[in-house]
Amino acid sequence: MKQDKLAWAKLAGEAEEKNLPLIEYLLERSAAQLETDKASILARMDDALQVMEEAVTFGMTGVKSNSGLTGGSAKALNEYIKATVNKERQDLLGPVAGSAVMYALAAAEANAAMGRIVAAPTAGASGILPGVLLSMREHCNIPREKLTESLVVAGVIGEVIASRASIAGATGGCQAECGSAAAMAAGAVVYMLGGSSKQIGDAVSIVFKNMLGLVCDPVAGLVEVPCIKRNAGSVVQCLLAAELSLAGVGSFIPADEAIDAMDKVGRSLPQGLRETAEGGLAVTPTARAWAEKYFKRIHG
Amino acid sequence: MNIFDIIGPVMIGPSSSHTAGACRLGLLAAGILGERPRKAEIVLHGSFARTYKGHGTDRALIAGLMGWQPDDTRIPDALLLADEAGMEFSFIPGDLGSKAHPNSVLFRLTGENGNTCEVTGASVGGGQIMVTGVDGFPVELTGMLPALFVPHRDEPGVIALVSTILAQKQINIASMRVFREGKGETASMVIECDQPVPPEVVHSLEELGPVRLVRFVDRVS
Repeated sequence: MKQDKLAWAKLAGEAEEKNLPLIEYLLERSAAQLETDKASILARMDDALQVMEEAVTFGMTGVKSNSGLTGGSAKALNEYIKATVNKERQDLLGPVAGSAVMYALAAAEANAAMGRIVAAPTAGASGILPGVLLSMREHCNIPREKLTESLVVAGVIGEVIASRASIAGATGGCQAECGSAAAMAAGAVVYMLGGSSKQIGDAVSIVFKNMLGLVCDPVAGLVEVPCIKRNAGSVVQCLLAAELSLAGVGSFIPADEAIDAMDKVGRSLPQGLRETAEGGLAVTPTARAWAEKYFKRIHG
Repeated sequence: MNIFDIIGPVMIGPSSSHTAGACRLGLLAAGILGERPRKAEIVLHGSFARTYKGHGTDRALIAGLMGWQPDDTRIPDALLLADEAGMEFSFIPGDLGSKAHPNSVLFRLTGENGNTCEVTGASVGGGQIMVTGVDGFPVELTGMLPALFVPHRDEPGVIALVSTILAQKQINIASMRVFREGKGETASMVIECDQPVPPEVVHSLEELGPVRLVRFVDRVS
């Protein structure tokens, strides 16, 4: 049975009609749907947050993937910032984005190294929410409860995206995976910092404005290059969108329409740019040469 | 779909379809066999055939056959651990036909007492799976609900007999598909239920004259 399309504007409107704060309405809705209570939902999100923290910790130790293609960038970045940047100049990203990038890289590298992660919404994009949330906690003193509530907001945004478009690279390209994760994280950040439902929607929209058309072109079909760095790029897009939205800049295109645009763009991407490793970076000379050697190696 | 389909699942990386989905396929296949297999021949098709070693798919498939969940931290060591546990397994790249999904698998499983089954399925994306064949019968099992697989003689009244027993035991049928090889030949019912089906109910079903065999498969997380 096909589910009816969800809409952020409609959900926000329903919360207002019932005179409920957005988070209460979203919790109520999920609790009813899952036949449980609000406390259980938050407890489960807390468990997810814990796995995210562990993934970041694991990644920060400098893990390498089985293929050997990736690993260690989070650690390298951390050491560089500490040893060089802090002594000689301002870090280019600033504290919040800087940490978010580092933690996103760590979690994405943990994923590539067969670590335990939370697909949010997918494994390929599993660095984005942890990167953003852990950085917000560290630099903006967000209490844990607010973080778990923000995961509920992120989850519902993801539900809307999944119902109107897709969260899978094979269907919609990287804009559907990392783009969606960034949009979800942007909504989470706006929520954490006290933004309105409209501002949450605007942040979602602004992410897609900047990530529309992003292709899925993984080298050798692995979830490594360029996936790990795309997780890093996505957190910057997330924070940009959140800041603009909180500043009241707003988005000309409302969230639901931006999501629909992402859907249409995704469908127009050729198959070669939708997780088939048949286009983009995956078919560069360097990628091809590496992939050829890699497949020879693993097939013995 | 709910928020925990979005913020979740907790899984071993790197890929929802190549790792988590593969693990769930293994779990469902072992569930259909009814026990941890002693021997597993695994035919891989399409994208799975090309990528299984590097993407951890082989480890994830074996992990599922071992009965482990998709977030089990032993998954990276599944091949070694399965070997130590005495499981005999092999991976064979093959062609499961042009209609098969790019991430398709055919499991040929043998249990401790020689019990066998053949399960075909695919990892269809986002960790979701679809088992499309059991012992040559077409089925559509997602593993999201407990399910019964009931091959039987094609004759009037069998569906009524089966559904009556389930009704008596307060087991609600969520979906039912019936197939047959030919009129009067072997047919099968695939019944997804809202509740798990206890062994004594499976036994009652097996005692029905026209029923050949009953497999109960619990949902995979």
